Amino acid sequence: MEENVLILGAASDMAVGIARKFAAEGFSLTLAGRSMDRLKAIEADLKVRHNSNVSSVLFDALDFASHYNFYHSLPEKPDVVISVFGLLGDQEEAQADWKACQEILFSNYVGAVSILNVVANDFEKRKKGTIVGISSVAGERGRQSNYLYGSAKAGFTSYLSGLRNRLHKHGVHVMTVKPGFVKTRMIENLKTPGPLTATPKQVGEKIFKAVRSKADSIYVLPIWSPVMMVIRNIPEGIFKKLKL
Amino acid sequence: MKKNISNWNNYPVVEAKEISFDTPKELALKLTHSSIPHGNGRCYGDASLYSDVVNTLRYDKVLAFDDTHGIITCQSGVLLSDLLQIIVPRGWFLPVTPGTKFITVGGAVASDVHGKNHHVDGSFSNHIVSMSVLTGTGETLVCSKTQNSDLFWATCGGMGLTGIILDVKFRLKHIHSSHIRQKQIKAENLDHVMELFNQNTESTYSVAWIDCLKSGKSFGRSILMLGEHAGTDETPSEKKLLAKEKSLLTVPFHFPSFVLNGFSVKVFNALFYAKNYKKEMDSVVHYDGFFYPLDSILEWNKIYGKKGFVQYQFVLPLETSREGLKNILTRINKMGMGSFLAVLKLFGHQDDLISFPMKGYTLALDFPIREGLFKFLDELDQVVADFGGRIYLSKDARMKKEIFWKTYPHAAEFQQIIKKYDPDNRFNSNLSQRLMLKV
Repeated sequence: MEENVLILGAASDMAVGIARKFAAEGFSLTLAGRSMDRLKAIEADLKVRHNSNVSSVLFDALDFASHYNFYHSLPEKPDVVISVFGLLGDQEEAQADWKACQEILFSNYVGAVSILNVVANDFEKRKKGTIVGISSVAGERGRQSNYLYGSAKAGFTSYLSGLRNRLHKHGVHVMTVKPGFVKTRMIENLKTPGPLTATPKQVGEKIFKAVRSKADSIYVLPIWSPVMMVIRNIPEGIFKKLKL
Repeated sequence: MKKNISNWNNYPVVEAKEISFDTPKELALKLTHSSIPHGNGRCYGDASLYSDVVNTLRYDKVLAFDDTHGIITCQSGVLLSDLLQIIVPRGWFLPVTPGTKFITVGGAVASDVHGKNHHVDGSFSNHIVSMSVLTGTGETLVCSKTQNSDLFWATCGGMGLTGIILDVKFRLKHIHSSHIRQKQIKAENLDHVMELFNQNTESTYSVAWIDCLKSGKSFGRSILMLGEHAGTDETPSEKKLLAKEKSLLTVPFHFPSFVLNGFSVKVFNALFYAKNYKKEMDSVVHYDGFFYPLDSILEWNKIYGKKGFVQYQFVLPLETSREGLKNILTRINKMGMGSFLAVLKLFGHQDDLISFPMKGYTLALDFPIREGLFKFLDELDQVVADFGGRIYLSKDARMKKEIFWKTYPHAAEFQQIIKKYDPDNRFNSNLSQRLMLKV
């Protein structure tokens, strides 16, 4: 039987890039998200393009209480779970307003922990499976322009490394993805440097390859590896004075 | 946040705020400023430029494909190159395709694109079953040749001025092979190539490359290219229905402007003509090389340098084509304003509201932007108008409004219809401002 991938937050541009790649590789797909309209269009697209088996289910990352039942009533138990949802938010607004701040923290960290706990327990029991978490380069070091988002992603990165450590012995693969800039709606009004910016299609291809080779943690574009090494190693005394 | 955008010819460059959308509902909420839809930016001009643009590339889902009858329904932001990947392996082809596959379906409708088969199959609009448009009144309307037909005809070739094209349902062409049986015939001069076009109206695909810089006996020497979809037995079976994706080369940077001059273009043209060492050459080639020779060189527009270029495409009525082409080619010849790609084609009959094609010859040329060019093109416009022809809006960045109003016979009716569907001018472009289409 074909393998199934569950995509959490499946209506985003990055998720569409990922879904198309897994569909092209013969996976069946379960798309989970908040808007059935969007999911249905993506579902139709995957069926036409790749003749895939696709189903769509409603999922709200912030409705923590629903996560257990959501997962256990899925039409098909997944072999791969990819958590794509996240919220960049507005740093300045979130500094001033707790509600906006909480939404960033919940969307990028708490919501992901809540649903992946359920997935992890199931995979541990089944002794197999792959969990992919889309974290961010912003989680590697806090910067004034987006440290609320960044700190939530830092938490998520730590969570994933802990999960990897826990599940490795049970044959479950956990992978952290730090995409860097991706040409999506999230950054449609940001100017990003071309060589550092990937397309959703590249994200999908890179993630698929890394799932197959069981990588632990990846950047989508290799250039991010030296870039982040530099950023991590700038002494704090200097870093704090930079406009970043 | 504003950013600089331009279309394929890098002229003009406009500072614009860009929005995108996944669902019509979301789009309706986001459309707060007067804007124009913008697809993959492959037109040559200002039709899809304005201070606010709606980028449709994310609205790219293919919604249904009936591969028994060859009918596909998709969102307007999907690229033709994506569709080819889906339909060719299942035995279908685009009913009409322009010279690049990197355009969106919405762009194909808004420009009402034509291809090498115009004389047989008409333009893109001829194959549309129905489509939906978010108009300036805020409604999403379904239109076709029979339903809201005024909206349909004002949207086909209407340069995005009726609203945002959402979903398009259209008919495909059945094929047995992804290959094209091609015949190339050398024509010694303009009269000769026109005679060849007349003799070959039965061919499904026909187009000629023409050397604009030759004078005297070889004035208008050309290579006519004819094509038919190959049959099952003409292609190796493992390659029978194969879509292509890989590109070969990328032009890495903008060439300095001195690279392109009368001399280098002459050399290029001579080589291009000489490569056909026989008078007639037959071959079976993949559709990608036949329809999209330039797509294999990504970012070829950069050879024209940072200043950009303009493409100039006009059509002349059949009765005046010979005289008009001679007149215009002589002027180009004299100016030494050569073009790598001058493409000549005989259109079939078409008389739609605002679409470009009409029965007669169309010629498309590229000119790098330099001093004196725009004045020269204004002169050409006048000649085109005097011969009863017109300029293709998708390739226009500079025509004067008087020329437009004189040469598009249904312009006033078109203006009334867009007024009806967009009374508050929620859709506007640099082109519509320049041509005074929205007042």
